[in-house]
Amino acid sequence: MPKDSGIGASSKRREDIRFLTGTGQYTDDINVQGQAYVHFLRSSVAHGRINSVDTSTAATMPGVVRIFTGADFEGVGGLPCGWQVTDRHGQPMQEPAHPVLAQGKVRHVGDPIAAIVADSASQARDAAEAIVVDIEELSAVIDMKEAVKDGATKVHDDLTSNLCYDWGFVEENKGAVDEAFANAAHVTTLELVNQRLVANPMEPRVAIGEYNRANDESTLYTTSQNPHVIRLLMGAFVLGIPEHKLRVVAPDVGGGFGTKIFHYAEEAFCTFAARQINRAVKWTSSRSESFMSDAQGRDHVTKIELALDADNNFMAIRTDTLANMGAYLSTFAPSVPTWLHGTLMAGNYKTPLIYVNVKAVFTNTVAVDAYRGAGRPEATFQLERLIDKAARELGVDPIALRRQNFITQFPYATPVAVEYDTGNYVATMDKLEQIGDLAGFEARRKKSEANGKLRGLGINCYIEACGIAPSALVGQLGARAGLYDAATVRVNATGTISVMVGAHSHGQGHETAFPQVVAEMLGIDESMIDIVHGDSSKIPFGMGTYGSRSIAVCGSAMVRATEKIINKAKKIASHLLEASEADIELKDGQFSVVGTDKSCAWGDVTLAAYVPHNYPLEEIEPGLEETAFYDPSNFTYPAGAYACEVEVDTATGKVTIERFSAADDFGNVINPMIVSGQVHGGIGQGIGQALLENTVYDENGQLLSGSYMDYAMPRASDVPFFTVDHSCQTPCTHNPLGVKGCGEAGAIGTPPAVVNAVIDALHSGGHTHVTHIDMPVSPSRVWSAING
Amino acid sequence: MTKITMTVNGKSASGDVEGRTLLVDFLRNDLHLTGTHVGCDTSQCGACTVHVNGKAVKSCTMFAADADGADVQTIEGQANEDGSLNVIQQAFQDHHGLQCGFCTPGMVMAAAELLKNNPKPTEADIRHHLEGNICRCTGYHNIVKSIMAASGQDVSAIAAE
Repeated sequence: MPKDSGIGASSKRREDIRFLTGTGQYTDDINVQGQAYVHFLRSSVAHGRINSVDTSTAATMPGVVRIFTGADFEGVGGLPCGWQVTDRHGQPMQEPAHPVLAQGKVRHVGDPIAAIVADSASQARDAAEAIVVDIEELSAVIDMKEAVKDGATKVHDDLTSNLCYDWGFVEENKGAVDEAFANAAHVTTLELVNQRLVANPMEPRVAIGEYNRANDESTLYTTSQNPHVIRLLMGAFVLGIPEHKLRVVAPDVGGGFGTKIFHYAEEAFCTFAARQINRAVKWTSSRSESFMSDAQGRDHVTKIELALDADNNFMAIRTDTLANMGAYLSTFAPSVPTWLHGTLMAGNYKTPLIYVNVKAVFTNTVAVDAYRGAGRPEATFQLERLIDKAARELGVDPIALRRQNFITQFPYATPVAVEYDTGNYVATMDKLEQIGDLAGFEARRKKSEANGKLRGLGINCYIEACGIAPSALVGQLGARAGLYDAATVRVNATGTISVMVGAHSHGQGHETAFPQVVAEMLGIDESMIDIVHGDSSKIPFGMGTYGSRSIAVCGSAMVRATEKIINKAKKIASHLLEASEADIELKDGQFSVVGTDKSCAWGDVTLAAYVPHNYPLEEIEPGLEETAFYDPSNFTYPAGAYACEVEVDTATGKVTIERFSAADDFGNVINPMIVSGQVHGGIGQGIGQALLENTVYDENGQLLSGSYMDYAMPRASDVPFFTVDHSCQTPCTHNPLGVKGCGEAGAIGTPPAVVNAVIDALHSGGHTHVTHIDMPVSPSRVWSAING
Repeated sequence: MTKITMTVNGKSASGDVEGRTLLVDFLRNDLHLTGTHVGCDTSQCGACTVHVNGKAVKSCTMFAADADGADVQTIEGQANEDGSLNVIQQAFQDHHGLQCGFCTPGMVMAAAELLKNNPKPTEADIRHHLEGNICRCTGYHNIVKSIMAASGQDVSAIAAE
């Protein structure tokens, strides 16, 4: 019987009411009395020296309040990078300055040059057209291979080269890895591109900076996944505003997918400008603007090799990647191709020797940072495409080759530093074969062929590291922040509860799922519990929502805080019931003395806490409010197996997704309906990457895919219904809920399944010369591969 | 500036607009009906979908002045008189047809038009009708299911979870 409340129930979402009736409050829906509006004048060239910015005419135009340029930020800090990577030789990465408005040079199309603040948005835009910018265009560095050559034009003149770092992992194992390759019975090699993507949450970014001169307090409303992080970075490193004078509010946010984690120039600008002009300053990004200012994702060029022995066991993996950083280091950028990518290179397999080399490169393009999966899609794609290629070369079944090499004993210490606590890859593969009806594939293939289409089946597995992260560990790896989270459980006198959490919900349904946990623990109705998130003045310091961490880290903090509540409540109950604390049991919202019929209700205890007339004041304080900060002891390791069936029309190259099945192991889950929704969304984005999306810069750094006219977003007609299953559950061994997180799995596990399916389809039609097609696997790429 | 008057969700609404003021900006900024959203600037995403004289229209691609005298319906007017969700809205909640909610008003308005003209649409009908509405969160699975359910058709075969 499915549960109807508490942990494991598919409770309907409360947040739906406001979203369905148009009464949500997204940042652009907020307006501050007397606010001014800012429009950013952005570079239309990819690389250039700014000779002059003449704002004199623009400044006189109707409604213009003030125009800012890079010169106004001379005494202000630049946007900081939150993670310092150390290279193979123990040297810190090269870290260029990142001013709020361009100073001296523009380094990508979209780099902000001037900010026009006016009484209305249209007046600001009109005035921008009157600004005369004299930029001496320099040659643009776009191709990563060219960027790292000796003598290449430098994106940052004060750095020694365009190489941010040359990272090797695990460096001490490189020799053994090379030796394993030299002695291998078979080596499979694959070169691939994991193409740059634009995250495109449907809500463009917005920022409103507000200043209260009377008490010297600044407020920033911003479309962020992590308000406290923004407050810390902006207050401490950019604007020098003390934290108790800076409030950051992330209200309803329309999707994030990683792109809204980072601290951006526009929000620093709005906060700064409000203080300068003593008026609120509001910025709303247009979609075209977001294409040249939101951090972009992926953008790896990789060569990966697999060494196998004569029995098809994986002996070693060696992989080399050029990872694009773009023109500036975004907040978490250096960590994505290194610690969030290299550490996943074992995948689900027992490969004993692994070496990962990553060269991070500056180019004259928009900054690149985490995007749904952040490093794990890149790791999974190269590994699973490689294994598929190896299976074909060896003439073995792709599932059998994977099963043969599965890790089956846990905990498992990988050769790339991480230790998987638990998992069962055999179970998820068994489940996939069942829910995907893989046995029926050949019959479906024949039907497709009878209709003139090739049909292919693509399989892959994935593992990912979620629930970031143990602070001490990531600190050693270069993180400049801790990665714990926090929750305050505030019980009210009449028994209702507010839970203030450091996590942020921008689609994940926390307002529904989190109360389910507390309700289960206390045995009271979910409706008595409300979640407060997004406002730094109301919530304890948490690192926000990304990396599928909210339930694993913030949820654990919530559990710990609730345990403290239960502990104190039992003390109060034992006083009210005149029994010893050890004999008090809490069940279904009732405190009772074990072995008797003496009991009191949750509401009796909560009232006593706030009206402590009959109360053990000598032992405990009044009130019932507890906070917990939770620092995880490890990452969590969701894993799974996916199957995709495609049809290919060889005349046009068009690929359609006919069937998609996902068997995931997320450990325990709180709300199955929400979990499935997360997987659906990830699959949709994964199909987008596999078949449709591409961020294209020409050789001069012009962004050709600058809007939805040219960037193909997946639509309802591009995808079928999906079959998703998360009934295989190996609970996480190191957090109180046994949860692993589920937000990114779909985006990680989908692209390899799709591409593997296309290759399978082509091979079934005799086009065995096609061993790989880079994403997006567009009709023209398929057609060219067949006919090339 | 031009004075315009229209009926919005059954009530008369007036304002002074520039020739270039978009209908979506008039709704959001002048009438403070912020349920209609702007998600793009090339008329693709559909987050701005409203009904003008009974037809679904992308309000980002229409001037407010062109809606002078029109009957406009927005997401704020969809719920029942007593505030309860209408059939389509309730179906979206029942079947988890939204996550961040930003595309949702457009999806509901697009669905309303579809079901008015095609009361029992097929899956293919729904997916085709939604070509002008982009969602980044849901992968469309539960949106299509919600619309199917709102039409009264059986969705039990479509996996829930």
